[in-house]
Amino acid sequence: MTEPLTPEQADRLAVSWRDAPGLWGFLTTVDHKRIAARYILTVVLLMFLAGMLALDMRLQLAWPDMGRMTPQLYNESFSLHGSTMLFLVSVPVMEAMAIWLVPLMLGQRALAFPRLAAFSYWLYLGGVLMLWVPHAFGITPDLGWFEYPPLSGPGYGPGHRVDIWAQMITFTEVAALAASVNVVATVLKMRPPGMTLARIPVFVWSQAIAGLMTIFSLPAVMLVTSMLIADRLVSTQFFAPSAGGDVILFQHLFWWFGHPEVYIIFLPAAGFVSMIVETFSRRTLFGHVAVVLSMLGIAALAFGLWVHHMFAVGLPRLGNDFYTAASMAVALPAGLQIFCWIATLWSGRPRFDTPLLWVLGFIATFVIGGLSGVMAASAPLDQQITDTYFIVAHFHYVLIGGAIFPLLGAFCYWYPKATGRLMSERLGKLAFWLIVGGFNLGFFPMHLLGLMGMPRRVYTYSEGMGWGPLNLVATLGSAIAVAGGLVFVANAWWSRRHGAPAGPDPWGGSTLEWAVPSPPPQHNFDHLPVVDSLTPLWTQKDALQVMTGLAIERREVLVTSVIEATPEYRQKSPKPSIAPLLSALAVTILFIGSIFTPWALVWGAVPVAVALVVWFWPQRERARTGPLRVRR
Amino acid sequence: MSDARPCKVVGDVSDLPESASGAKHLVWWGNIGFMAIEGTAFALAAGTYLYLMSQTQGWPPAGTRPPDLFWPAVLTLGLFLSEIPNLWVRRRAIAKDERGVRFGTLGMTILGLLLLIPRGIEFAHLNVHWSDNAYGSLTWMLIILHTSHLITDIGDTAVQAVWLFTHEVGDDQFADVEDNANYWTFVVLSWLPVGALIYLAPRLG
Repeated sequence: MTEPLTPEQADRLAVSWRDAPGLWGFLTTVDHKRIAARYILTVVLLMFLAGMLALDMRLQLAWPDMGRMTPQLYNESFSLHGSTMLFLVSVPVMEAMAIWLVPLMLGQRALAFPRLAAFSYWLYLGGVLMLWVPHAFGITPDLGWFEYPPLSGPGYGPGHRVDIWAQMITFTEVAALAASVNVVATVLKMRPPGMTLARIPVFVWSQAIAGLMTIFSLPAVMLVTSMLIADRLVSTQFFAPSAGGDVILFQHLFWWFGHPEVYIIFLPAAGFVSMIVETFSRRTLFGHVAVVLSMLGIAALAFGLWVHHMFAVGLPRLGNDFYTAASMAVALPAGLQIFCWIATLWSGRPRFDTPLLWVLGFIATFVIGGLSGVMAASAPLDQQITDTYFIVAHFHYVLIGGAIFPLLGAFCYWYPKATGRLMSERLGKLAFWLIVGGFNLGFFPMHLLGLMGMPRRVYTYSEGMGWGPLNLVATLGSAIAVAGGLVFVANAWWSRRHGAPAGPDPWGGSTLEWAVPSPPPQHNFDHLPVVDSLTPLWTQKDALQVMTGLAIERREVLVTSVIEATPEYRQKSPKPSIAPLLSALAVTILFIGSIFTPWALVWGAVPVAVALVVWFWPQRERARTGPLRVRR
Repeated sequence: MSDARPCKVVGDVSDLPESASGAKHLVWWGNIGFMAIEGTAFALAAGTYLYLMSQTQGWPPAGTRPPDLFWPAVLTLGLFLSEIPNLWVRRRAIAKDERGVRFGTLGMTILGLLLLIPRGIEFAHLNVHWSDNAYGSLTWMLIILHTSHLITDIGDTAVQAVWLFTHEVGDDQFADVEDNANYWTFVVLSWLPVGALIYLAPRLG
């Protein structure tokens, strides 16, 4: 076949990839776009809930000697806020963007392992419910988002608050690992013909690198929380100093995961920024190779920084010196990227639509967060400011400024692709100014409060400390930012029906997702695109080069070589299935059971095994040969 | 038609095969990904063991005997020898030999179940309970971590054997058998550092 598909063939292809209608289709879908969309909607809901918790805490701190929250409620609020934002919002939303975008940017119809993506979401949802359903019944973790022993150990953490937190992590980390393997395999083996390593879009690079980081860092937190549960449930002694255990061990393992996690969140954000800057500067990204190498450099350095979260623990001096140097070194590749983005804007013809505004807001805010990070990286300075509001200011500048602002920009940028409608620019700009202005008003004073000595995680303070006015400003700023967030969501809601029709390529983008209609059909592409540059849609202006020959009557994808993306073979792509949901339910039973009894690991494994057999049981004809052949 | 741009056909992939084996195969990479995750978990668990060992005076702690060596020696020898049939099954899978993979996976299932006997006895000869001290907790953690991998792969091989005997075997299933054999090799190799820590570190520490 060397002709494009006829309309009849294209319709037949669409039928092959279509989900079943109704609830069954909802439960069985393996469409990466639907899975990503439910990830994103869940995240939006959680951001709202955890944002409300933040606002509640800010109200408590707005004036000195406030009594509207008890210390216990305050502890629960910041623990739930932090755990939700880190484990259930930041990492999952970046994965969701990968699940949605990577196949589209690679000109593919599916991810490498579609059912694994569905499983990943259901398990993630299990983690969400694990944390929030007990909260509804008054059982809420109350030891912060990292729950150090001995406070979280069997001696000081009775009840199940800690277990819920620890097992929520197991859920979300298994989900994240499943998503990461999926994305990495897709990027390595399912690139379109012509997309050599040198022609991979920066966003796809960022997700592949973040995926690899996930693979090598998340096992640490699963291991350490499992050890914590074991200490609590079956009296192992990992963190019991009296029996040869060590509480610092928990911190080492936690931060082996915890620091790379920051970059697992930041690198995809750098990917968003690179794509937005390129499109809205209307020129190819300045220093593509430098940006990608910077990402790899950040990924490597990220595994050598974890001890900077532990400067105050009392580790050997040489250790502190090394980690100070490594922490400062990471500013170099991060800074290099920023120079590349500025150079692209400088030498391009920038168009200041909302997505680019978010990028500018990101650069300004992230530079402040980066500089306070260089300050905190110095061990002697950190001794003074650790556990103060300076650190609270720093990590919110880095995480909100460095990751959430680019995410909101990305949301505005790809919203028309996902829905077929443009978001309102007027409401978008209003939301931008409210959020960025409110954020800076809310969090900049915290630097000063920290330097004045205000510790984090205090539920109130006395008037004599003199922290009242700045806290009031911080609360005011937070309220403005939350109002901006509501405007942002309202804009997305309203524009879905009333936004201007977007067409396939409203921004003049350079990458393959803009070659398909908005919203994309379930099979994404009728034909296999062929790539000849980093910006295929700009270099193939007249007609997109494509290949034909994938099956029309069934789901099939093209697998290509790792380095050169040379076509290798055609791979069957799995149909929708209920097995991922059943497997996730079985795993949920095992995880929840193992909070109460170690035997759950034994009996709980049986339904998991059954569900996995159903999942992987290949559908082929019965044997006509061998001792167990069908005898007719 | 759904593509939003005019297109020019420059090639066709209908002549390409419908399956592949080894590193060309997509699933091979998924398998590598999960080995990387589990390998990281093994490495971190080993690092944890060494960290606590370095923090403790005397290893094992006074009054605790190191684990006995006989049954783990039997298991280790068995695991090594199991690589001979395992690699044979792998070659049969690459050669797309239906009879070979059917009987090979059956044999590997039986062999795996037999290896669970010395593994089971090992638990009774660790000479420490997990709740005695951190050394005991670490010993049990490492051996349970490895045993869970052992059982998972034996279960997988058993299911594969049942399927292979009852169905017509296609190229994708040959690739699955190859991946499963690779995973068994991973389980065998991961035992070397883990077993060394459990059985040799207390004798050297």
